[in-house]
Amino acid sequence: MPYQIIVCGGLAPDPLQTLEPVFDPAKPSLKNELMLPAVFDPWAAHALYEAGHLAKQHPGSLVRVVSLAPKAKLQQVMMTVAQKLPFELVALDGPGGGFTDAAAVAAALADAIAAMQDLDRSRLLLFGGWESATRGAGVVMQRAAERLGITEQFLAVDELSVDADGSLLVKERIEGGRHQISRCSSPPAMLAWATGNLPEPPNHPQTGMANMRVIMPALQKAKPVTLEPSAEFLRTALPSAIRQTRVVKDVPAAEIAQEIAEWIRQ
Amino acid sequence: MEKILVLLHTMDGQIPQAGLETLGLAKSLGGGFDLAVLGADASSAAQQISGGAAKVFAVEGEAFAVSRYATDAAACEALIRASGAPLILAPDTMRFHRALPGVAERLSAAIDTHVVSLSSDGAIERWYYRQRIEASLKRTQRPWILLVEPGSQPPAAPQPGAAPEILSVSCDTRTTVEGFSTPLAGEQTIRPEAPLLFVAGAGWTKKQKDGAVHVEEAADLILDFVRRTQCSLGSSKSLVDLSGEGQAVLPFLTHLHQVGQTGSSPRHKKGLATCCHGEEPHVVGWRFIQERRAINLDPNCGWVRGKADVVYVADAFEVLRELLKLL
Repeated sequence: MPYQIIVCGGLAPDPLQTLEPVFDPAKPSLKNELMLPAVFDPWAAHALYEAGHLAKQHPGSLVRVVSLAPKAKLQQVMMTVAQKLPFELVALDGPGGGFTDAAAVAAALADAIAAMQDLDRSRLLLFGGWESATRGAGVVMQRAAERLGITEQFLAVDELSVDADGSLLVKERIEGGRHQISRCSSPPAMLAWATGNLPEPPNHPQTGMANMRVIMPALQKAKPVTLEPSAEFLRTALPSAIRQTRVVKDVPAAEIAQEIAEWIRQ
Repeated sequence: MEKILVLLHTMDGQIPQAGLETLGLAKSLGGGFDLAVLGADASSAAQQISGGAAKVFAVEGEAFAVSRYATDAAACEALIRASGAPLILAPDTMRFHRALPGVAERLSAAIDTHVVSLSSDGAIERWYYRQRIEASLKRTQRPWILLVEPGSQPPAAPQPGAAPEILSVSCDTRTTVEGFSTPLAGEQTIRPEAPLLFVAGAGWTKKQKDGAVHVEEAADLILDFVRRTQCSLGSSKSLVDLSGEGQAVLPFLTHLHQVGQTGSSPRHKKGLATCCHGEEPHVVGWRFIQERRAINLDPNCGWVRGKADVVYVADAFEVLRELLKLL
């Protein structure tokens, strides 16, 4: 069965960047937010790789990425992401960042998906990361799916396989380092991915060039989105813990082991 | 303080620790609260802790014994509507984290997750950017659902009270829960109750002083340490990703062990990082580790830049061999 796989994913600051908050009660932000190098959100990226893998296994499947982010930044990130696997892009030009409202983001994404003219809900698999690396709330995918009427939802998915009868076998992370195994008889379904099992695909320049031929027009047509704030922020700050690191060098391993053993026993 | 609904679920027929912590937070605020419980044996579990609650509700039955979006969302929606409380506190377990955002959408409610504190004036605290920025905020929108981070609150002592009113809920679903799997052969990943987190970094699988890789010895040392200390076992992202790149890996590590940007952020009193560079994407997962120590051959690794309390510049193989003699 060919699937229509829609992957929702935003952008996040490159994890190696230093982040500094700039406080504003209605719209907090990061210092130099627009200048910070960005990456495709890590968990959404895992969802995209899994989508590509599933599409390859089921010929005729289509992967679309729906992304809400500042258009110029999205274009930069897509230059890299587009080299990973074939997909189409539906771009929404709006503010990124962690302090935007999750419900408004979910509504914008769901509206964009619902507006797709050839959307076949009987073949729809809605993918995304289970949390973003920015807001980290883990609520956008469920809210978007609910707006689309999808009531089969899975969170922190690490594995998806399709059985011969077309049912979806899903492994979700649960407490205690375990997976819950569920079977969903048919799409539509929403899967919010954890890390999955697939490594990052290598860059493939030809795929990137083919993708960019459809991604660039999609970016030019990006619909502007305004996200109304719904929370009143009282404070944003860096954590205050500063550690005075003691460096222990040129000490025999036995002495170090003795110190660590005492520390563990304390 | 406005009226609160404490929404809990059972786990193996009991209220889990995270549920008691949420109840403790609600009681500490001093206002009135309702209690609602869903899951297997929800009725008896609710009665065991319902002391002090104004109204008590439960949804139970075979369909609600398992953790599944469609049934959990229907049950939570019914329980929240039955109480009518404007503020809903629930533990941030995987079960509720899956179900309650969709319930918020159905109820036109606001929802915040990973909440670490709630004050009597209605301000919450939570983290942004993977524990790199902390924020305090308020909302006027009601209902407002708050998922309370496990481990962030002292638990309430169970206090028996009134029997719950059982709500009848029906729901269609195309999903069946078939069971559970544990990907590890007896080796724990993150055990919340363990006092110590041990993180194995990528250095364990790299060439050592003799120019050879010693993955088997590394595996033996790490597992022996984990078994003797009963600690949590975590890994850095780089080590987990090596498996995807066809490089040597410690055979018992999976993505479930991953601590950091795309992994977990466990709460332990102590943490010991070994053969791990202490790069920011990994260290953000250490935000809630109180005492941090690291063993690394590189005196300029990330840990020495204020990220650990003590850094031992030493060969982790040698230190662990000696350490195991003492434990």
